Amino acid sequence: MNAATDVLPGEQDFHRLERTWRDPNSLVGWLSHVDHKSLGRRYLVTAFGFFLLAGVLAALMRLQLSRPDNSFLGPDLYNQIFTTHGTTMMFLFAVPVMQGLGIYFVPLMVGARAIAFPRLVAFSYWMFLFGGIFLYVSFLLNAGPDVGWFSYPPLAETLYSPTKRADVWAQLITFTEVASLAVAVSLITTAFKLRAPGMTLNRVPVFVWAQVVTSFMVLFAMPAVMVASTALILDRLVSTHFFDVEQRGDALLFQHLFWFFGHPEVYIIFIPGAGLVSTLVSTFSRRPVFGYLGVVLSLVATAFMGFGLWVHHMFATGIPQLGRSFFTAASIIIALPTGIQFFCWIATMWSGRVVLKTPMLWILGFFTIFLIGGLTGVILAAVPVNIQVHDTFFVVAHFHYVLIGGAVFPLFAAVYYWFPKITGRLLSERAAQIVFGLMFTGFNVTFFPMHILGLHGMPRRIYTYPAAMGWGSLNLLASAGAVLMTLGVMLFLIDVVRALRSSQEAPDNPWDASTLEWATSSPPPHSNFLRPPTVAGRDPLWENPPDQPVVVGLRTDVRDVLVTHVLDAEPDHRSEFPAPSIWPLITALATTALFIGSIFTPWAVVWGAIPVFIATIGWFWPKRPDEGGTQPWPSRRTLPHPNEAPAAGGTI
Amino acid sequence: MLWTTTIVGLVVLAFVVVAILHSRRHAPAATHSTSERSLARSVYAATGVSVLILAVLLIASIRVGGGVEHLEAASALTIKIVGHQWWWEIEYEDAVPNQRVLTANEIHVPVGRPVVVKVTSRDVIHSFWVPNLQGKRDLIPGYTTAIWLQADRPGVFRGQCAEFCGLQHAHMALDVVAEPGQDFDRWLAGMRKPAPSPQTDEERRGHDVFMSRRCAGCHAVNGTEAFGQMGPDLTHIASRSTIGAGALPNTREHMGEWVKNPQVSKPGNQMPPNPLSDEDMRALLVYLELLK
Repeated sequence: MNAATDVLPGEQDFHRLERTWRDPNSLVGWLSHVDHKSLGRRYLVTAFGFFLLAGVLAALMRLQLSRPDNSFLGPDLYNQIFTTHGTTMMFLFAVPVMQGLGIYFVPLMVGARAIAFPRLVAFSYWMFLFGGIFLYVSFLLNAGPDVGWFSYPPLAETLYSPTKRADVWAQLITFTEVASLAVAVSLITTAFKLRAPGMTLNRVPVFVWAQVVTSFMVLFAMPAVMVASTALILDRLVSTHFFDVEQRGDALLFQHLFWFFGHPEVYIIFIPGAGLVSTLVSTFSRRPVFGYLGVVLSLVATAFMGFGLWVHHMFATGIPQLGRSFFTAASIIIALPTGIQFFCWIATMWSGRVVLKTPMLWILGFFTIFLIGGLTGVILAAVPVNIQVHDTFFVVAHFHYVLIGGAVFPLFAAVYYWFPKITGRLLSERAAQIVFGLMFTGFNVTFFPMHILGLHGMPRRIYTYPAAMGWGSLNLLASAGAVLMTLGVMLFLIDVVRALRSSQEAPDNPWDASTLEWATSSPPPHSNFLRPPTVAGRDPLWENPPDQPVVVGLRTDVRDVLVTHVLDAEPDHRSEFPAPSIWPLITALATTALFIGSIFTPWAVVWGAIPVFIATIGWFWPKRPDEGGTQPWPSRRTLPHPNEAPAAGGTI
Repeated sequence: MLWTTTIVGLVVLAFVVVAILHSRRHAPAATHSTSERSLARSVYAATGVSVLILAVLLIASIRVGGGVEHLEAASALTIKIVGHQWWWEIEYEDAVPNQRVLTANEIHVPVGRPVVVKVTSRDVIHSFWVPNLQGKRDLIPGYTTAIWLQADRPGVFRGQCAEFCGLQHAHMALDVVAEPGQDFDRWLAGMRKPAPSPQTDEERRGHDVFMSRRCAGCHAVNGTEAFGQMGPDLTHIASRSTIGAGALPNTREHMGEWVKNPQVSKPGNQMPPNPLSDEDMRALLVYLELLK
């Protein structure tokens, strides 16, 4: 804000700025990236890769179930496949892909130069990637987890699962939880401390709010599952008997811990989706989202209530009726904040001018599918219905409507919406309409019949069923729908490749949207904003006056970032952000060795800690001020290095 | 409930469509404060209606829940079910020890009489579920819980394990046979009798095969020296309609297949293959058919 110089920045300054913020592209350099755009892209591409793998597993399951008494897959392989499918979709796709969007777009949407704790985010990415590779290598070695994505003991205890498969599940959880906790911390800090001047808390974009709310949920929910999976692996590794009934352990304790995480997990996946819907409905209705306060508070309310319904996954365990009534009430009431958001979205469209571009088609798909999923959720909240359809295909249908409707459809909308921003290229509208048609039809053909199968008594997680049950034709129909979805995804991939190869460049703001990521070029420069923006309203690109000031006075020779106050986003101080480093990767490798080793021997935790310790020392090795280390404020480095040109310490 | 939610769903979707049509018919409205206020009123109204509908659903749910949970009656019959990988151990309790009945994978209940089902598990978690009679109840090792059920008409109702319990979760079914009171009493009296002793040479040979080969190590036949507890009680195996908890129909041919190699139709189950000579096998099957 404070002009440090009267001279306007010139081309040279921008070049120096970009050179400072560019991550190197040599091999070691590529492994050292800390740019949130680069890490966000990696997160999105990797998570999408896992989505495809889990999709292949889903197709195999549909093939097996397409007819009764099928012998295409045996029970051993089928159990590995459905466990790996669920585990992948939950831990390696849904959570990371939403966090990936957050890593890429939260800094841009708040007008920041970088994400907070960039090396930590780099570390998270490697942990996420190595965890995923670990799972799939295990799967290919016939050691894929086979006790369900929930891994209930005693089935997951050594007595009933003597191989390493359940350990693979438990350590995969550790990998992904470490990664998602670290990203959550970075996103919260970015949204609270790195906002553009003028972006007071009540002007924060809804999508950023959604990411903040989700990140707080991650902080409170993930520790519960880490306790559960760690206690399980301790049971298996050093016979701690947490869940071992024979030794006075408790089998039900695991379920409480798991679902205290497991239910909020659904909202960890859905809330970013809801944030996307608010963002896109506003953009394509050409007006600010109606009831901003109501929408944001609904997200917060959902997050709070989301922690109060876990027992509805356990209604069949014999919890007394009074307790069940409480959780029924909570499960029914949580429909309310989502209902309020629906009403606000409808009001936004009603009073705006809806433009039905491709991203908006996916949002309409979301409205239909998620609504059905939400309403079957209300039905499931009632104990008498729940204990009938619990663990049947009705529930399979319900949560695919909720998760694919509530997260994957908004995600596809987001991909079409932000693809031009990330890549500088446009996806084809025509192809997009066909992709949408295939996915929407395919999804409903696949999953709607499952409601009926569930009501006809088909339980989940069975690798085959007798012909006499009469479930064959609906299963065949569901499998046919899966073919349509596969075609849709393939066409989407072809279109992505075509767009990346095309030379037609996307404009900076192709949708005439209002948030700050559209205020910079497509794709954004290394420093995000050559001139960091300030904002005068909730929708800066619609409301900012032409003479809105920009942030000046940040250095161009180091990664200088403006830190602002939490509530009013007034400038607080400048902070120098870390340069690229290979140490997050080395730390992740050392941690990976520890985690995987601990499956085989408890000593891996002891000896494996030493490389982790050494790697973190390397990571945090203090630097002298003239090496670009952290410096006290405000007495920053004033003397240029003797060998540098005097202008090297310039500011913009 | 289904109808309420269907109607709510259709109304909301209709509003989405109308909102889009409405917005495209109008000029790009510079948002007027009056229209914002009326929009806010509509959102409040919709929220209020939602609260009402949800409250009604909640009350209905709790009332029905209470109804299906409470069926207490002094004359109730008590059945204990213990889950195993992958079959159901069934015990008809009785104060007099020798009046207890042990069986497996098939329950008989009298029509119109309340039944208390006490459930627990010996190994992993299973779930007892007969959709036409009652909702699920998990069988959790270390816990014994009870549910009520009552069959209002005679018939055979299929049930199946509903909690993933490992390799053969798909083949863990049971039948509930609801029959009139006298028929049930007759059945129960029959179940209390020990197995008949073999009469013909072939039956005797089958009996000897059963006792001398591995069968008796895992299975019990009441009235003989077979006391095995690992597998289902076979005292009245011939009266049951399926083999291997619903894996195969109970015919001589299928029983032969099953005894020879149970891993074919139910891979992974605890019963090993039994290579027997053709004569031994035939005799064993004849003996098993005696166990009515």
